Amino acid sequence: MSDIHGLVGAYAIDAVDDIERERFEQHLEDCADCRDEVATLREAGAMLSSLTTTQPPSSVRDRLMADISTVRPLPPPVTSLSQHSEKRRRRWFPAAVAAAAAVAVLGGGAVVLQPWQDQGTQQQVTATARVLQAPDAEEVSAKLDGDAAAKVVRSPKLGQAVLVTKDMPSAPDGKVYQLWLQNTEGRMVPAGLMPDEANQKVLLDGDAASATAAGITVEPDGGSKEPTTNPIALFPFKQSA
Amino acid sequence: MKSVNGTSSDPSGHPPEGSGAPDLKGLFRRSARGDETAFGELYDATAARVHGLVLRVVRDPAQSEEVTQECFLEVWRTASRFDPDRGSPLSWLMTIAHRRAVDRVRSAEASSRRDSTYHDESQPVDHDSTAEAATTAIEAKRVRLAMQSLTEAQREALELAYFGGYTHTEVASMLDLPVGTAKTRIRDGLIRLRDTLGVAQ
Ligand SMILES: [Zn+2]
Repeated sequence: MSDIHGLVGAYAIDAVDDIERERFEQHLEDCADCRDEVATLREAGAMLSSLTTTQPPSSVRDRLMADISTVRPLPPPVTSLSQHSEKRRRRWFPAAVAAAAAVAVLGGGAVVLQPWQDQGTQQQVTATARVLQAPDAEEVSAKLDGDAAAKVVRSPKLGQAVLVTKDMPSAPDGKVYQLWLQNTEGRMVPAGLMPDEANQKVLLDGDAASATAAGITVEPDGGSKEPTTNPIALFPFKQSA
Repeated sequence: MKSVNGTSSDPSGHPPEGSGAPDLKGLFRRSARGDETAFGELYDATAARVHGLVLRVVRDPAQSEEVTQECFLEVWRTASRFDPDRGSPLSWLMTIAHRRAVDRVRSAEASSRRDSTYHDESQPVDHDSTAEAATTAIEAKRVRLAMQSLTEAQREALELAYFGGYTHTEVASMLDLPVGTAKTRIRDGLIRLRDTLGVAQ
């Protein structure tokens, strides 16, 4: 692990395997030097493409221009803030008010909790990497208090989603962060508990393909069957046409 | 030592583009707002670079066309995520294109790895007469010169990784190097290239 910096060149031009990429991206979150170096090496790498220009057939342009009229550009990343105090923490993210309203109308329903801790680590790593690299992966970001940030990456095709956090503060004593997927009826379905680590990538349980949003709430240790507090973050998904 | 910033000087180190050369940042901004005309211009300015690279890595023309199309569709969808403070539009675009090309060959070859050697006959360089093509031709000359400043060993490793789409471990094995050596050559080669081209300082 000590010479992980040395992977920066290979990473910048995709000359790493999935596991190395995963590890290096974890490293990047904490290493500003490597982030800067990746950026400059990518600039240099991009210039290599001047050596291989080839005009695609005009049919590519025609298909593309027809395609884009059916695809909505993503909005800029939604940023919002909450504060350390529990009071502020429970405020809604403004951009997610509509989705949030649905949380209040929860049905009962027995749901089995499946904390990630129970899954094999190796299996998680690959499944996580698959989602993060899926060609159809889409991201929804949210900014939390201080430097904390979180995003959910979803692959509708794989039917899975991954939460990526950065500088996430620990949950208050006796509490835990719980993840949810909102189903088409507006119900929040438990999607697992977050391990207590600042920077992580965790696979959400459940069917992310049909989900309309993902959310994070603070729950008593062990988690809840339905949210007992307002989400500290909500990630509305793009609705397929 | 903030390396890449979107100030007035072009962070990619491109020679200042003459009038008529497209302002990629502006085209990105307009595309992000759903401006299809701007996106069309963005495509026209960059398609040859994107497709040329994809074709070089993927090789199969039909698959390459798919990848090029997917790549631009992703650009259309995610243009609002482009952050000019973190790099040039071209770097962002080529990063997407390279990654998609590499993903395509690696998933396809889980069963059958391409076994042809890296050096194809040089790809047809289909320059048209636009201002962008002229700019690219000038840049290509500079890049070719800059590549001469690398050691043979660095150049070899870098080309296998970038144009071949191989991982550093694969490169090491192809060149009979101890694991760990190829990644160092790739990095050193890129650094040399960056510094020779005067990128992002
Ligand atoms: Zn580092």
